[in-house]
Amino acid sequence: MNRLALRLLALLLLPSAAIAQDSYGGQLHGNFQLDGQWYLRDEGIDPTGEFYPDERFLGQGYANFVYTDGDFSGGLRYENYQNVMLGFPEGYRGEGITYRYLQFKQDNLDVTVGSFYEQFGSGMVFRSYEERGLGYDNAMDGVRVKANLAKGVYLKGVLGRQRFYFEKSPGLLRGVDAEINLSERWHALDSLGLRWTIGASYMSKYQRANDPFLVLPENVAAGGVRSQLMKGPWVLNTEFAYKANDPSADNGYIYKDGNGFIANLSYSKNGLGVIAGVKRIDNMSFRSDRNGSTIDMLVNYLSPTTEVHTYALPALYQYATQINGEEGIQLEANYRFKRKSKLGGKYGTLVSINYSAVQSIDKDYVATSNDTLRTLQGYYSDPLERGTIPYFHDLNFKISKKVNRSFKYNLTYLNLHYNRSVLEDGLSDEPMLSNPENIKTMDADVIVLETLYRVKSKHYLRNEFQLLSTQDDRGSMAMALVEYSIAPHWFFSVQDIYNYGNPDPDQQLHYPLASVVYTQGTSRFQLSYGRQQRGIFCVGGVCRVVPPSNGVSFSLTTSF
Amino acid sequence: MKNLFTALAVTLLTIGMQAQQLPSTTLKTLDGKLVDIKDQIGTEGPTVIGFWATWCKPCIKELTAFADYAIELEEEYGAKVLAVSIDDTRNSSRVAPMVQGQGWEYTVLLDENQDLKRNLGIVNVPFTLVLNADGEVVWKHSGYSPGDEENLAEVVAKVARGESVEH
Repeated sequence: MNRLALRLLALLLLPSAAIAQDSYGGQLHGNFQLDGQWYLRDEGIDPTGEFYPDERFLGQGYANFVYTDGDFSGGLRYENYQNVMLGFPEGYRGEGITYRYLQFKQDNLDVTVGSFYEQFGSGMVFRSYEERGLGYDNAMDGVRVKANLAKGVYLKGVLGRQRFYFEKSPGLLRGVDAEINLSERWHALDSLGLRWTIGASYMSKYQRANDPFLVLPENVAAGGVRSQLMKGPWVLNTEFAYKANDPSADNGYIYKDGNGFIANLSYSKNGLGVIAGVKRIDNMSFRSDRNGSTIDMLVNYLSPTTEVHTYALPALYQYATQINGEEGIQLEANYRFKRKSKLGGKYGTLVSINYSAVQSIDKDYVATSNDTLRTLQGYYSDPLERGTIPYFHDLNFKISKKVNRSFKYNLTYLNLHYNRSVLEDGLSDEPMLSNPENIKTMDADVIVLETLYRVKSKHYLRNEFQLLSTQDDRGSMAMALVEYSIAPHWFFSVQDIYNYGNPDPDQQLHYPLASVVYTQGTSRFQLSYGRQQRGIFCVGGVCRVVPPSNGVSFSLTTSF
Repeated sequence: MKNLFTALAVTLLTIGMQAQQLPSTTLKTLDGKLVDIKDQIGTEGPTVIGFWATWCKPCIKELTAFADYAIELEEEYGAKVLAVSIDDTRNSSRVAPMVQGQGWEYTVLLDENQDLKRNLGIVNVPFTLVLNADGEVVWKHSGYSPGDEENLAEVVAKVARGESVEH
């Protein structure tokens, strides 16, 4: 191709590029991700080959496009699974446009038709969202209207059906939410230094029922009220939700009502941040298909009150919200010792402590031993009574310190208690209450030391040493990681997890993994080779099981 | 064939270089007020927008590592740094205590329904944008590895001086 042809091509392409970006003042943004893995047969981690895919290579990708022009926007997403990668829900098979919408704003009205994500309050009554890494997507398809009718008064209404992989859920959803910012309406509050927002929401689900044995409610309503009160450094959030009886696969088709309560109080000032929270939920599973399971078609979102760990070993034992009932507390404090103080040193020192504990709620199955009552109510629960089965606890301390211009470290200690019967096997409370000796648990102490060393300008060396010490489950593990990064383009990483304490000598395996990442602006290419342990992968208290695998994987992401 | 790639690269670069304004999107401040992102951009100098979340470790590393540079860039070039949290309404109550505990001095905004993240086509956090004083997006970066903060500081300084920046 000669120079002239090149110029012609550039001329042809340039205007289209310009149109794509900036015609009529509008903008096009989007992103693209492609993941794939070549799987290798590994008899160490998978002796029988049950997890080895027939396809040998699995790959999936998607692209999003969003066009905005003033008060108008529209977008779509194309997804492709050939075939879905191990660990993702099997429902993702095939390809198609799974998300498309048009939205416009006019006269304090904001109207969306097609697909959308929305939530009311913290999501206890309704939240539709996506978590791509988890394979979670319960996008609504329908109509959403948001209105700002008077100063400080915000209304939302939604109508539609939820996404179920490449189909839609059988249930319809109709919901409204109102939020009033009282401080915007009454300046007297402002002069007292108070900022107060209250809200209320209502969501109703309709799903046809023609069960030969059960009389099932076709319409199920849920509602909630909430308040956020702020004064100076103090913030108090409270929310209560109620759900009408909704026999489902989750709760064993009982006719009991559900309810949930969350409250937290925080204080943030002068380098100190503290938050304390309590939560209790009872029978709050809410899906747009009463027969749904795992992460499918959830209407609401019950957030966890435990800390999310990203270090590899503690992340093997993450907590997942128990939608049928749990109660918990959380306390988190962060404090920064100031620069040039005794404990702060030259650059300041950050210390944090986090405690969270979750247990079962009180459930009295005996009081419902009468057959009819048992079928209807399942159990009685006294909100003031504490449950007796511990589900999870986590107590951890962290210190982060920059020693000098070229050296930083983070030291973390965690004490974990993890109820494997609940979190891995999904056992309900009843068998555990009658046979407490059969409950499988895991107690561990974990230490993580992370160091960061600046070799020279834009060259950094990062190390992690982790030790998880336990007598339970797979036994103790140690991990070492070395990363070298050259900003802004290159990143190399090598790690090994050694399961030296596994009670089965054949399973005392190494899990090595090496990766290279190249970043150019908003594009990122990653290539990895190694072994992956079986585990549970969680985002925001929603989890999925990941099988063991070995192979070469790549990932390309870009956005524009 | 090589020339074809060059042409494609030129096209892609041109897309990247097109002057982009931010799409008008409503965010929440830490005291619960609703604001448009377009009104939060600095007009005196460059603006850095860092997308983050309380559960995202690399994000916290980036914001902590960049904190010292941010103070210098603000003094020297009138640069403004906005830290946009994509935490949902549940986790957003953890944002203020974390910001205080980390000792960050950034302006923090909440993108609770991830509308701005979606409108800008962002795949994952951390994600960083640099805007010039005219509000045009001139630089974008996805992910964080140690050392990226040094590069970001150089980019901001160049933008402030009106020099061109490349990825």
